[in-house]
Amino acid sequence: MSIVTVQLGQCGNQIGFEVFDALYSDSHCPQGLCSKRENEVYQASCKERFFSEEENGVPIARAVLVDMEPKVINQTLSKAAQSGRWKYGQHSCFCQKQGSGNNWAYGYSVHGPRHEESIMNLIQNEVEKCDCLSGFFIIMSMAGGTGSGLGAFITQNLQDHYSNSLKMNQIIWPYGTGEVIVQNYNSILTLSHLYRSSDALLVHENDAVHKICAKLMNIKQISFSDINQVLAHQLGSVFQPTYSMEGSYHYRRNPLGELMENLVPHPEFKMLGIRNIPQMSENSLAYSTFTWAGLLKHLRQMLISNSKMEEGIDWQVRPPLSGLPTLGKVSLNRELHFNTSIANLVILRGKDVHSADLGGFKDPALYTSWLAPVNAFNVWKTQRAFSKYEKSAALVSNSQFLLKPLDTIVGKAWNMFASKAYIHQYTKFGIEEEDFLDSFTLLEQVVASYCNL
Amino acid sequence: MTQSVVVQVGQCGNQIGCCFWDLALREHAAVNQKGIYDEAISSFFRNVDTRVVGDGGNISKGKICSLKARAVLIDMEEGVVNEILQGPLRDVFDSKQLITDISGSGNNWAVGHKVFGRLYQEQILEKLRKSAEHCDCLQCFFIIHSMGGGTGSGLGTFLLKVLEDEFPEVYRFVTSVYPSGEDDVITSPYNSILAMKELNEHADCVLPIDNQSLFDIISKIDLMVNSGKLGTTIKPKSLVTSSAGALKKQHQKPFDAMNNIVANLLLNLTSSARFEGSLNMDLNEISMNLVPFPQLHYLVSSLTPLYTLADVNIPTRRLDQMFSDAFSKDHQLIRADPKHSLYLACALMVRGNVQVSDLRRNIERLKPSLQFISWNQEGWKTSLCSVPPVGHSHSLLALANNTCVKPTFMELRERFMRLYKKKAHLHHYLQIEGMEESCFMEAVSSLSALIEEYNQLDATRSMPVEDLPRLSVAV
Repeated sequence: MSIVTVQLGQCGNQIGFEVFDALYSDSHCPQGLCSKRENEVYQASCKERFFSEEENGVPIARAVLVDMEPKVINQTLSKAAQSGRWKYGQHSCFCQKQGSGNNWAYGYSVHGPRHEESIMNLIQNEVEKCDCLSGFFIIMSMAGGTGSGLGAFITQNLQDHYSNSLKMNQIIWPYGTGEVIVQNYNSILTLSHLYRSSDALLVHENDAVHKICAKLMNIKQISFSDINQVLAHQLGSVFQPTYSMEGSYHYRRNPLGELMENLVPHPEFKMLGIRNIPQMSENSLAYSTFTWAGLLKHLRQMLISNSKMEEGIDWQVRPPLSGLPTLGKVSLNRELHFNTSIANLVILRGKDVHSADLGGFKDPALYTSWLAPVNAFNVWKTQRAFSKYEKSAALVSNSQFLLKPLDTIVGKAWNMFASKAYIHQYTKFGIEEEDFLDSFTLLEQVVASYCNL
Repeated sequence: MTQSVVVQVGQCGNQIGCCFWDLALREHAAVNQKGIYDEAISSFFRNVDTRVVGDGGNISKGKICSLKARAVLIDMEEGVVNEILQGPLRDVFDSKQLITDISGSGNNWAVGHKVFGRLYQEQILEKLRKSAEHCDCLQCFFIIHSMGGGTGSGLGTFLLKVLEDEFPEVYRFVTSVYPSGEDDVITSPYNSILAMKELNEHADCVLPIDNQSLFDIISKIDLMVNSGKLGTTIKPKSLVTSSAGALKKQHQKPFDAMNNIVANLLLNLTSSARFEGSLNMDLNEISMNLVPFPQLHYLVSSLTPLYTLADVNIPTRRLDQMFSDAFSKDHQLIRADPKHSLYLACALMVRGNVQVSDLRRNIERLKPSLQFISWNQEGWKTSLCSVPPVGHSHSLLALANNTCVKPTFMELRERFMRLYKKKAHLHHYLQIEGMEESCFMEAVSSLSALIEEYNQLDATRSMPVEDLPRLSVAV
């Protein structure tokens, strides 16, 4: 089953390119560490999901590129075409002349309705090329104007027009210190709208990925390109093909659907985070060996202690003793040491994957009381190695991972809102103070829900 | 990609404008090696087939034939504009885009605004409409003028109202040269205050500049160049004060060096909109991020580096030095002290081979020494443009919305009151039809209201930064 990707704004398009590139590179990677036949099945599965066929054999990404000004799309299209390995469809992009000016209201209320028909037509064309549609990826940033505002609008439209298909929004959480001054306003407006119309929000934090680049990948002068590549790697490690059942060698047909089913049991809890291990520069890779036991031990501790990468993990954090009643309302002011999960999905790729012991993840103490570990925890496997890592593990988690960042953004936006700064820029385009208040209310609810796990 | 139109008014406006077009051509020549008319050039220039008579000559793609500036030149005396039309840039300007008169405005805002405004309103509208028609997607008008004189100040601000009415969706960015304390035009305080009222009400964004700061920058550069210290040979063409045509360091005209600084400001301001980069910043984003309240749209600008040393040894330290310099008083285009005042918002527009990690490292480093208002503690807007300016490997333009402009405005009001109390030279203004004493009073109270807004924000500095109580929801 295929996934159609909608890339929105500068961030969405820049990342989208890296994602397709990573998926393609991995599926054509010679070091698959498995049989040739298996490798071919893996390639075919990846291809069906993310690429469509072209006459002369060059795969075309199943993507629609949308931006309100032309520079980034032009760059993205030419980069893909120049690689010679895959490309974007000639008629898959929608572009205007003037951007959204970092204004959520402009993206949502002006660009949205104005260009609704054209954009939905493009998406329809892409959908028709699929034999069987699993759902949509919508890649967007929260801080700007197009990705955030237009992204929210398009997601709502997708809900109306494709109610049977799933929508996963890949959201880029901005750096804490300013990329955009009004990023907190744009973020809360985006999150509150997406919460109503999206099926799952897979969050990628710039700060976290930046640290991975600095500490683990040892990149000296980190560019957005580096950040986007790490992000693409994380996404690829989740959505590349995996076996459909324990002991089976057929690949899973609908990862998106199964992921949603496993990880989003309740509509109040839609925020997902990704962690993966190991993560290192190619040079270091040559000198490292891994065991599943070691990788999984670290991954589990990363989950429990809410660590974003495998360095600097706090090993003091332990799950609460089972048998004791779960804590009631936890004050956010106190350091939330232990990260409670609703549901987790671990994806293992590589050598001897069937020997990996996942008992540590099935401990009921890790989870809330209203979902038994047998339902809350799932694992996907494949023997085929991912992107040159002999063994690698990824974790997609619906847990309190994003509680603190969310709370921080809501707090900052609230402080700014109290002074009414910048509000005139939004009311100019139809987003009133009431809309802000609605957003705050919804998000405070989400914060409280996650807090009370 | 959008287009912008530059409207240069008065002697000062036109001289700065001239330097701007000179540098813009040089920049595009350096970037666009193949001579193809692309979207970046189209933001400021039209491509015209000069063989075609009349209006049909616009070429939208292909090789560059003849570039015409998207500009409207206005002056109420002929000297400056004539000089431009006889100089090396004569082919860049469309002779139909000029409005001139003979007698000048006599350093009288009322003559510029009321007399010439009324007289030339139709013509001005026509030229503006024409220039807008030549644009695919017009985003911004850049108005360049001085505040102290008659034409730039009076007619320049008259224009703002016209633009607001005729093109309400197009941004109005005004580069205003404020009179220094030792200005030789006696009535400059009157002209400035009357013009300020118009800027308050009709401009989207104002970049105030003063001659004294520009002069200080030049002195600093001269000192550097002539100091004869080891390792201080300057790379050719890298002086922020050098013009495209200048072969020697001595400038032919007295204000050339200073005008080039302002021209560089405008080029850097629009660079991320014209050229590609990993984090683009369009002109509408400047207004969105840096103007928290409609009245507070005065931005202090500072430009670094002022020159590039030929010795290219220590890249990272030079990069970090560039960021530090942007916050030093020596690099500002207006005399003010942002470091000791309150920041409402700050934008860093970087050009060249600078990446996001360099940006973040420097923001972390500089943040502790700057005071931001309580509701905008992380009030930074950043952009990365891959194309560096000519002669440099990277550059930084910092725009700050800071309460440090308050003293400048208070001083202006002070000078105004000194003249007004004695009713000095007032009759020159009052004899113009439509001018009354109430015009002056309204202008002063408009300025006072602005100063009061800045005062209120400054007052929050002493208050502790507390998080406000949040909405509590029932779960």
